[in-house]
Amino acid sequence: MSTTLLRDLRDCALMSLSALAAQCAERMQTGARLLMLFGRPDSAAGNTALCVTAVFQAAPGTPEPLSVLRAQATPGEHYPSLTARFPAAQSLERELWEQTGLLPDGHPWLKPIRFEGARQQQMDEYPFFNVRGQEVHEVGVGPIHASVIEPGHFRFMCLGEQVQHLEIQLGYQHRGVEALLLRRPALALTPVIESVCGDSAIAYAWGHCAAVEALCGVQASMETELLRGVALELERIAMHVATLNGLATDIAFLQGGGTYGRLRTAIINLTQRLCGNRFGRGWLRPGRTRGLDAAQRADLLQTLSAFAPDFAGINALLCSSLSVAARFKGTGMVSAKTAQELGLVGLVARASGVAMDTRSQLPTRLYSARPLELLTESGGDCWARMLLRMREVEASLQWLLAVGGDSALDLSGNFSEPALALTALSPKHLCISIVEGTRGPVLQVLETSEQGQLLHYKLQDPSLPNWFGLAMALRDNAISDFPICNKSFDLSYCGNDL
Amino acid sequence: MFKSLSVRKAQGSQFIVDPRQAKPIGFRGKPLIGDTACATSCRRCVDVCPSQAIALQPEQIGEVHIDLGRCVLCGDCEPVCPSHKISFNADFKLSSTSRQGLSVSAARPDIDPVRVSAALHQRFGRSLKLRSVSAGGCNGCEMEINALSNVNFDLGRYGIDIVASPRHADGLVLSGAISRNMVQALQLCWDAMPAPKLVIAVGACAISGGVFADCDAVDRRFLEAVQPSLYVPGCPAHPLTFISGILDLLGIDS
Repeated sequence: MSTTLLRDLRDCALMSLSALAAQCAERMQTGARLLMLFGRPDSAAGNTALCVTAVFQAAPGTPEPLSVLRAQATPGEHYPSLTARFPAAQSLERELWEQTGLLPDGHPWLKPIRFEGARQQQMDEYPFFNVRGQEVHEVGVGPIHASVIEPGHFRFMCLGEQVQHLEIQLGYQHRGVEALLLRRPALALTPVIESVCGDSAIAYAWGHCAAVEALCGVQASMETELLRGVALELERIAMHVATLNGLATDIAFLQGGGTYGRLRTAIINLTQRLCGNRFGRGWLRPGRTRGLDAAQRADLLQTLSAFAPDFAGINALLCSSLSVAARFKGTGMVSAKTAQELGLVGLVARASGVAMDTRSQLPTRLYSARPLELLTESGGDCWARMLLRMREVEASLQWLLAVGGDSALDLSGNFSEPALALTALSPKHLCISIVEGTRGPVLQVLETSEQGQLLHYKLQDPSLPNWFGLAMALRDNAISDFPICNKSFDLSYCGNDL
Repeated sequence: MFKSLSVRKAQGSQFIVDPRQAKPIGFRGKPLIGDTACATSCRRCVDVCPSQAIALQPEQIGEVHIDLGRCVLCGDCEPVCPSHKISFNADFKLSSTSRQGLSVSAARPDIDPVRVSAALHQRFGRSLKLRSVSAGGCNGCEMEINALSNVNFDLGRYGIDIVASPRHADGLVLSGAISRNMVQALQLCWDAMPAPKLVIAVGACAISGGVFADCDAVDRRFLEAVQPSLYVPGCPAHPLTFISGILDLLGIDS
């Protein structure tokens, strides 16, 4: 399974909202990370009640790393904002406010995350900061951009050539996914989950499968986990290479663009040969996962072995080019301190020297048996994020070649393997799953009712906290640095907007 | 210099010589529906379909109809069918100029082929500039639209390019189910494009709303006023589905 926590809610006390806020602060003070904070209408307690859930990850080395706090609140209730003391809570409190109306008193940046619900189509009313002065000018770009890319609005506030501040307004991709997930049969949701953030279809599908399996009281076999691990690392390679392609193209390093482009094609075409789809759709399902026959396994090894030297070659060319170094080094800097304060996650955090990776810090059976090294870079700039992507691809390649080449491992568990019997979800349970996708931890929380129906489906893409990191990276840079900063972060719009 | 030459040598020649004749191995593309009768009152394929793409019409041979305008090619209907009558092959030529033409069944196994437009051939057959707008997409179709320009698919060789501004564009490539939050921007972009102009709907989301058709935050009224000239099914749409469709529409040889 991916990293999961299954919690029986029958013995989970509901505290008051202010008590929850106080406990959150206390835990964060002692080094725990607030992973999620979200609410939903609590119809069991009357139409006017809300149920709030906070999910924590304790400091590394703690025996039970994941924990949950729950509170009951009334609509419109206020509580002291955590963000003022712990900026890492900023996006979580904003989302809670946007989805439930619960008001964090003293939040310095209470702006909509995605203009959902009653705020739909009010994109013109985003409360931008105003920068005033004779030498000050503002430049707005988007939501539609020059290249083929998802929509989002960026507003640069500049003093001369220098960006003082960048505001990022998202929500244009908001489809209402979380509500949709409650309207479909709980055991047939995977194709929808694969479309939440289509470039991370495998990470999302794995987290979903693990959560559903845990709620059904079954556990996937080690062979199934291995296959899911293979799928996930292929997705990581493909997406990192796509980003490297974009970085090379954005600085007009055309040979890099051309080479990374065809190298990515090799990986996603391999993915298609293994599962029928270039993005891994249809590969993972609750209770079963497509296996690899002998020819497919040989194909995997052969394709990756051919990929490796060519990937190393273009990386060496890029890294030894003075023009590339001149453009990327020192550009879009995010210090380790800033990354930690803002609660940045995944690759972006690791590139700023913050050691965090679900695969090594919350290892499951699979990653305990087949570890992947936690890689970091210290620079925090575009160069560091580029180097780290290269190194993570290398690590994934080694891992895949080792797994694929180990004849003791059975990867053949195709549909012929009897699917796990998934009948009903345990009633009154909460399941949290975490999968370290390309960008960072993909979080999913499923809550069931007394009758075993899905009551709440909460999704959180690693992009949610990381967008603010991009805004910080632009400070004191020029607008012309934005494309490479944006590409070096390579965050998801649809994953944020849901 | 030597590093660059060595990378160039390793790159070799990567372009697909004739995209219409390509063989995307393993691709789960066109659905094939057997003509045997369905098991009595069986609805498993309908129930498992995430996008209401499957309809049962008991009076017709084989009963099962699949609408490729809605189908996300997930393949989930294949293993649940007790009669084993649904399968998929690697045929990527799924595009059509007709929305109704995207429906397949045992009696009607083929999609209506793309009809060459003499007017479009004359106007855009040597140069077509496209503007991509993602409106409630998932970045799947967007990445595949990007891939059209890579060294493998190289759409530019046919005079078809993705351009940066709607002012420079002859056509709108629409992906995504059209989120309400994008309605205004999409309309502005369309209005900014000089006529004559056309719309290409890429992916199940753009064609029908796909898995997001029932979402409250989706508003598809834009497509009531503007009818696409080409529908490119898939989830995401395969670059070969796009290329073969647009070449057929414009009557361009490959």
